[in-house]
Amino acid sequence: MTGVLAEVGYQSNWVEVLSAPFMRNAFTGGILVALAGGMIGYFVVVRGGEFAAHALGHIGFPGATGAVLLGLSPTLGLGVFCVAGALVIGALGHRARDQAVATGTVLAFATGLGILFASLATRNTSTVTNVLFGNLLAVSRDQLVVFAVVAVVIAGVLAVVARPLTLASISPEVAAAKGLPVRALGICFLVLMALATTVAVQVVGTLLLFALLVTPPAAALRFSARPVVVCSLGTVFGVVSVVLGLVVSVMFNLPPSFFVVTVSTVIWVVSMLVTRERHRTAAPTTR
Amino acid sequence: MNDGPRVGSTAPGDPARHEADVPPAVRLSGVSVGFGGRTVWSHGDLQVPTGGLVCIIGPNGSGKTTLLRLLLGMVPPASGSVEVLGAPARRGNPRIGYVPQRFGDSVGEAITGRDLVRLGHTGNRWGLRRDPGVEAEVDAALAAVEAEGFAGSRLADLSGGQQQRIAIAQAMVGSPDLLVLDEPLANLDLRNQRDVVDLLVTLREQRPVTMLVVVHDLNPFLPYLTGIVYLLDGHPHYGEISDVVDDELLTHLYGTSVQVVRTATGDLYTQARP
Ligand SMILES: Nc1ncnc2c1ncn2[C@@H]1O[C@H](COP(=O)(O)OP(=O)(O)OP(=O)(O)O)[C@@H](O)[C@H]1O
Ligand SMILES: [Mg+2]
Repeated sequence: MTGVLAEVGYQSNWVEVLSAPFMRNAFTGGILVALAGGMIGYFVVVRGGEFAAHALGHIGFPGATGAVLLGLSPTLGLGVFCVAGALVIGALGHRARDQAVATGTVLAFATGLGILFASLATRNTSTVTNVLFGNLLAVSRDQLVVFAVVAVVIAGVLAVVARPLTLASISPEVAAAKGLPVRALGICFLVLMALATTVAVQVVGTLLLFALLVTPPAAALRFSARPVVVCSLGTVFGVVSVVLGLVVSVMFNLPPSFFVVTVSTVIWVVSMLVTRERHRTAAPTTR
Repeated sequence: MNDGPRVGSTAPGDPARHEADVPPAVRLSGVSVGFGGRTVWSHGDLQVPTGGLVCIIGPNGSGKTTLLRLLLGMVPPASGSVEVLGAPARRGNPRIGYVPQRFGDSVGEAITGRDLVRLGHTGNRWGLRRDPGVEAEVDAALAAVEAEGFAGSRLADLSGGQQQRIAIAQAMVGSPDLLVLDEPLANLDLRNQRDVVDLLVTLREQRPVTMLVVVHDLNPFLPYLTGIVYLLDGHPHYGEISDVVDDELLTHLYGTSVQVVRTATGDLYTQARP
């Protein structure tokens, strides 16, 4: 008992630990993921991405554990399942969101499948914990390359679709009248979301995904309704959550995921409190 | 009383004069439209002259929104041909501006009025390239609807009347030749209804633009109307104002007794008969 508490307590050598090479990977990886999530942040909150984040996280879980079972990279399995899941959700459109029971059942089944695959793969039992809760401290160079590629792909696609995707998210009716492929833009967004999910799972895990993909832009939306501002501020909130979470986790030798989520939650609560007045008094009425 | 009704007298231009060279704003030939085998309306044969201010009336579910979406190329006709401004209806026609039904509610809190108006202009452009002229056009559109004072606020924070001004600016910013508005007066109080009607009339004085407006109450528009499209018994018809505003027809149309009243000054209005 005392041994456990001693391990948990304040680590006087935390500054040394922070400068270790594996910490550099952790910081780089966390920041890349916050960036990937932040860039799509505005669209996540405007398009009801809460649902997609939740669903894709669950769908990715059996992908990761199944890949381990087959001796493949869990990142690959995660990515394939998330993107496939995004395409299915996109094809179902609003129905997926409306059919709460059917969707919930499928997601529960996916999670069960993930646990089954994990128990069959005796070689790597830590995969389940890593996928469910993330493991930022174990991020490898290979993973960093994947994170960077995902961030670049998201940035590249957004550079092309940003304006049409914004209009299609804000008013699908006007976007359709203007000739935009509203359905395809929705699927495009979901695939970007799947890529962000694939990397975010490796940082905070499927269960805590929300805190990195949804909470920061939701907090940013309290301060501004301008797409670029929401994405930038959301990215800053995500980066602060990751960096501060990592530092504190090293100081107390506790899992980083917990602190990343804690910082993100605190930012959100503070954002709600700070902007409470302004939201209540609404806009100037000149007529 | 002797100088006749003032109906239609403020509409600019005389559509008959251009008949030869200007194609009609809308031409339906043998059009029927429906969803999944169920016909919404059929036998659509009508022409709406260019340059008018035309209301579209009909009971709930009669297919008014469907008619607008047909003109916008968003719904294909089950049969017949749909021509808008002399060309077949197609999606993404930059000559048409569109204010959808319940626009303010649907847009939500994640956009400012100004950004929305800009999207009305550049929202269908791919890539990041910025056109330096856009901001001036956005400013002009906001000024035209007198929305400069609140354009920086979130749409959800605005009053219904303010939201409708932004919605109209969003549709007008590309200088369309045809503006279609789906129930722009819904949920507005009397003062705001009159303000929006005045705004539309003023916009028409500044630039020649044909307006098609779906309404449930003709009265706010009656002094300015040039014609009416009415959806009656499953078919759309177009009539010049004097032919349509008629007790018997309106009573039939609304399924409740309606009376047309002409005041001493020549104004027309309709009222439900007690
Ligand atoms: N996309 C669609 N799929 C199936 N049915 C539709 C679709 N859009 C409209 N309808 C049906 O077509 C009919 C006409 O609808 P529409 O919205 O055009 O009516 P409306 O005259 O605008 O009614 P309201 O006054 O209530 O706005 C309705 O019965 C509606 O249910
Ligand atoms: Mg309608």
